[in-house]
Amino acid sequence: MTTVGVPAQSFEDRMDTVEFRVSPVAHIVVDGDQCRGCTTRECVTACPANLFVPVADGGILFNYEQCFECGTCYMVCNRRGAIRWSYPEGGHGVVFRRS
Amino acid sequence: MAERFEAVVVGAGPAGSAAALQLARAGRAVALVERGPYPGSKNMFGGVVYARVLDTLIPGWWEEAPVERWVTRRATVVMTPTQSLTVDFRTVDWGEPPYNGATAFRADFDRWLADQAVAAGAELICSTTVTGLERDSSGRVHGVRTDRPDGDIEASVVIACDGVNSFLAKEAGLYPERDAHFFTLGAKEVLALPRAEIDARFGLRDRQGADFEIIGCTGDIPGGGFLYTNCDSVAVGVVLQLPGLARSGRRPEDVIAGLKAHPSIAPLVDGGELKEYSAHLIPEGGWEMMPAMVGDGILVAGDAAALCLAAGIWLEGVNFAIGSGAAAGETAAEALAAGDTRAPALARYRRRLEESFVLADHRRLRRAPALVLSDRVQSRYPDLACNLVQSLFTVENPAPKPGLRRLLRQQASRSGVGLRHLALDGWRALRTFG
Repeated sequence: MTTVGVPAQSFEDRMDTVEFRVSPVAHIVVDGDQCRGCTTRECVTACPANLFVPVADGGILFNYEQCFECGTCYMVCNRRGAIRWSYPEGGHGVVFRRS
Repeated sequence: MAERFEAVVVGAGPAGSAAALQLARAGRAVALVERGPYPGSKNMFGGVVYARVLDTLIPGWWEEAPVERWVTRRATVVMTPTQSLTVDFRTVDWGEPPYNGATAFRADFDRWLADQAVAAGAELICSTTVTGLERDSSGRVHGVRTDRPDGDIEASVVIACDGVNSFLAKEAGLYPERDAHFFTLGAKEVLALPRAEIDARFGLRDRQGADFEIIGCTGDIPGGGFLYTNCDSVAVGVVLQLPGLARSGRRPEDVIAGLKAHPSIAPLVDGGELKEYSAHLIPEGGWEMMPAMVGDGILVAGDAAALCLAAGIWLEGVNFAIGSGAAAGETAAEALAAGDTRAPALARYRRRLEESFVLADHRRLRRAPALVLSDRVQSRYPDLACNLVQSLFTVENPAPKPGLRRLLRQQASRSGVGLRHLALDGWRALRTFG
């Protein structure tokens, strides 16, 4: 859906408005085996940064680099332990300026 | 070798900075540890700081606090896809000292508040993530571990102000099993518009600001929306209950797009250029989800203690964070002075919160979050209210005007609301807010 008078925007453009100081170490670890058996895929819908993408083999492709560190993914996940989550190392991750 | 402070405060948001401020003022050696490169860098919110709580902590705060606009227009909106009904309140009083609410960027406001703690003597340590608690064999907390080499910090008391996900409160065993129903996701866009254009669209002058709180804009997902003005931008966003969001199959940015396209919102945000997209969890469950606030050597404040107030017509968080943080800092300072930071000595914190607005408001409004997120309040009542007003003001000549009672009965039945439900929810609302 696009808004009247506002140019259509790709999700990539949307995320480009946010600064991320990407850590070399992933702060979220997703257990691919558990995800392949999951049919509900709450994380795919709910993650505001759209970091969880279903792939053809039934698994989920995951990218931690543009994470808001909100915690939605592990909170909505119905499989205990499928998403292991901590904070990125100090000074890294999302940096909000005008929010 | 671990560094040694008397107290360590984890998280330099409003709760942490208020706690560190009070500890430093009491002459205690306090470290304020922040994982972001600067305070506020990890934070976003739904827009308004109600800073009356600062009057005693930082007298004259409004002379120096970095705010965007002073809210002088507070609109409460209920909407359907094609209609909206607004209670639009305006007052010049809130645009003058001592003010009421202000819009702000957290990167500015939180940094300013942390600077107050530093000026009082607290040591602010940024870019440092606390990875866990240091506990002795009895479980008593005596410091934190960080991700810096040799970065562990020994302290007689730890104040966990580490936000909505509070790993420290969980590690300390203060949280029961957490329920996703108690959490909402806030997602927001900041859209740049020329200042004069914002003033014209919202009917504002100088530093006056507008804050719209909206219900009925989130479809099948329990939640709400908001729109408010900064100096040179407007912020528009939604708040979505997690299980409802996960079930809906809709993505957060699509729900925002729907709100922006609404006929009564679109003219206010048209042409705004996206400057920053952001998202954050909100602990909306209030009283029902609060952890134990105190353990041996540890206190919990702010969002980490679920102290955000999401009570429908009142949506506040920063003030509750500051109020609880200050109370935690004062309690910790007294405990340090007495040489005892075990749980019984820290229990005064809970009593302080009960005696202040922090827990008084939460206790009084404990039924509000569930009522506000209920199906009837979320979709049937906005539908009923909008249709009732539309039928009231639609002139159907040559038919004569129907009576108000008949209209109410008709529209209630059309919106799937029984009059019994109306009476029942009216009673519930009185009990909740009365």
